[in-house]
Amino acid sequence: MSAPADGSPPDGSPVTGPTEEAAEAPKVGVDEWVARHEERRQAHGGLTGAVIQGWDRVPPAGHLAILFAPFVVFGFVANEGNLYRYGLITLIYALLALGLNVVVGFAGLLDLGYIAFFGVGAYAFGIMASGHSGHHLPAELAVPIAVAFTALVGLLLGLTSWRVSGDYLAIVTLFFLQAFVIFVNNANGGPSDWSYPFVGKVDITGGANGLDQIDPLRFFGYSISTTKGYYFYTLISLAVLMAMLFFVNRSRTGRAWRSLREDPLAAEVMSIPVNRLKLLAFVFGAAIAGYCGTIFGSVQSGAFPGDYDVGLLITIYAIAILGGLGSIGGVVIGALIVNGVPELLRSSENARLLFYGALVVGLFLAMRPWYRPVVVIVGTIAFGFVVHGVAGAVWPRGTAGHIQGGARLAGPLEHWVLLPTHPGRIGGWAYFALIAMALVLTLVRGWWRTLLLIPTLYLAAFVWENELVEQVSGATRLILLGALLVVIMNVRPSGIFGTARVEVV
Amino acid sequence: MNWNLFFGELVSGLTLGSIYALIALGYTMVYGILKLLNFAHGDVYMVGAYVAFFVLQWLGGPLNTDVAGWLAIAIMFLVAMLACGMLGVGIERFAYRRLRNAPRIAPLISALGVSIFLQNSALLLWGPNFRDYGTFDLINVKSYRVGANFLISNIQILTIVTSIVLMIVLTLLVSRTRTGKAMRATSFDREAAEMMGISVDGVVSFTFFVGSALAAAAGVMFVILFGQASPLMGFTAGLKGFTAAVVGGIGSIPGAMLGGYLIGLLEAFATGYLPGGSTYANLYVFALLIAMFLLRPSGLLGSPTIQKV
Repeated sequence: MSAPADGSPPDGSPVTGPTEEAAEAPKVGVDEWVARHEERRQAHGGLTGAVIQGWDRVPPAGHLAILFAPFVVFGFVANEGNLYRYGLITLIYALLALGLNVVVGFAGLLDLGYIAFFGVGAYAFGIMASGHSGHHLPAELAVPIAVAFTALVGLLLGLTSWRVSGDYLAIVTLFFLQAFVIFVNNANGGPSDWSYPFVGKVDITGGANGLDQIDPLRFFGYSISTTKGYYFYTLISLAVLMAMLFFVNRSRTGRAWRSLREDPLAAEVMSIPVNRLKLLAFVFGAAIAGYCGTIFGSVQSGAFPGDYDVGLLITIYAIAILGGLGSIGGVVIGALIVNGVPELLRSSENARLLFYGALVVGLFLAMRPWYRPVVVIVGTIAFGFVVHGVAGAVWPRGTAGHIQGGARLAGPLEHWVLLPTHPGRIGGWAYFALIAMALVLTLVRGWWRTLLLIPTLYLAAFVWENELVEQVSGATRLILLGALLVVIMNVRPSGIFGTARVEVV
Repeated sequence: MNWNLFFGELVSGLTLGSIYALIALGYTMVYGILKLLNFAHGDVYMVGAYVAFFVLQWLGGPLNTDVAGWLAIAIMFLVAMLACGMLGVGIERFAYRRLRNAPRIAPLISALGVSIFLQNSALLLWGPNFRDYGTFDLINVKSYRVGANFLISNIQILTIVTSIVLMIVLTLLVSRTRTGKAMRATSFDREAAEMMGISVDGVVSFTFFVGSALAAAAGVMFVILFGQASPLMGFTAGLKGFTAAVVGGIGSIPGAMLGGYLIGLLEAFATGYLPGGSTYANLYVFALLIAMFLLRPSGLLGSPTIQKV
């Protein structure tokens, strides 16, 4: 602002025009989008704005308390089965996603071998404390050793990140996961196993049958024996780790990680020790995953090769991304969605309510103005009865089937959805058609989309009742997660609770 | 030295290598143009194998086909390549196109999503078990003996020859045709190519079509050779195809072929000669990948990349 550019006399007379404009322009070195971020947050009016502002006013410790209060209550009221399925597994997933957040969210290293560390932790703990191996170290020794060992493995894998970055790192780590699974599947000292120098054939992991009889966690003679015990142990671990990561994120290291994520080259030019930070992130992530593995191993009282697979990797990635990469609290909400929803889907009665409920809610959230979703829903219901009526006349077999598992909605649904007696091949083709129609939907706009939604939704119901509902806990879950990853990446890459990243060019 | 074993592993290494080379070509072409790692590529290969399987079933099964054996094989290749080519174009259009200028991590995660989606759709629709022919008798399987110990079957010859023919066609396509020129230009500098009037979207779609069709051809070969298909077969094969592309130098077409044959031979000879080879062959391939990254990150035939700032 020293020399006015518009050629006004440089004699000190006040030049009003440009100065006022300069006051409105953002500060030098701050991206305009970032500079206006606060304004846009406050710009939310009404209830949303009040909630956001209220949330911002609560101190971080309060955030933690608000986030965890429902979990504490749930821990005291739920029965053992529900506590395990909805509570403990959700917490373990959240803990895993938290570690992944360090590697991927903070440091921006795409580590696809992350689940291997989870497995390494469980197996390392199992080797030190299980009936299978014959050693019974107390947990206060075994857990730190297992975590340290996992961190060491993380260090070794992290070393590759010095030479390999980006996509290459992704594939190296993915291959590492694959190698880990092959190793634990075969390292049982059997005939096809390696013969090690000096010791010969050794049973390390129990092979495909897994390493069984892992001890419960036993600290200083006090042993955790109930699901409730594990639940609160994991809950406390999660709270401590979250608090720790909150401070790490705000520390020098945290800032350096973020700079590494945004632009490794620029970070290096700024004399940030890039290689050391990459290793640190890997070690940090691996240690958290290893710690999580010790919990999971003793909860399951065994470590089995099938548990540490790409399916789990995708699940954890979906959690971290849904919660927003780099957002610490988001993992809990992500874990609730990704683990809780499929668990609810497990009984077909709940699944049905949840499926149709989610469709209706999604329609109302995604479509404006309000009468469009109403048109779609009424249209779909009418469309269904018409199709069912016509099919009943020309294709009796198509309506002869019955809904699987009795449910509240079963009666009306049987008069609405086509239920062929043997849906096998028809179900398969309908599945293809549904994918095709969903893709076409992304291409059309306006009323065409609204109209096309009606048969698509009906087809979705048909496929759901005939194909998907059978395999809710297996293939369906992963299909939905895969589709979710693609959709989120295309629509909102920062995740639901993450802040949008600004690409400064 | 046991020449019988040696030649046996050599032939099986070359046949496996042909499959890996064809998969690697798809990786390398897509990477060359978009700098995108298409995780779903291995699953396209899996879909190709299933399509071939269903075509064969539709033609009357492996034992009594309605048409001549060689024609059945040709139809299998044609249908699988067309279907998977279209699948590849669809994947690009709906999962990657919007992310072309997004941060690097976004298309990778999207690709992971597509991969798991395809894998589990196959699991849902076609069941978790291997689809198996039992016996394969489309063409009269014969083995030819050359010299004292060199034994090769006509199916293995068919695989190797088909893959070589496809690679020659691809090389000609890229080096001699107008489309190939557009592909090379896009790979060299996407923005400049767009300004020169090249339809980048068209080129990318075409690349995905060709790459996926080659993966499908590899899938058909696998079905013909081993007579089976399973939903999870694409994952490991995709990893090895990528390793082959890296070993040969990613972005380089002859490099992908070389890498494919190298990986195939390594796997076969590891099975034959290295300790614990039959179970841990994949671990040796992994070791090769790591070694390659540490010693020569640009691959055997790749040119080192210079990062512009």
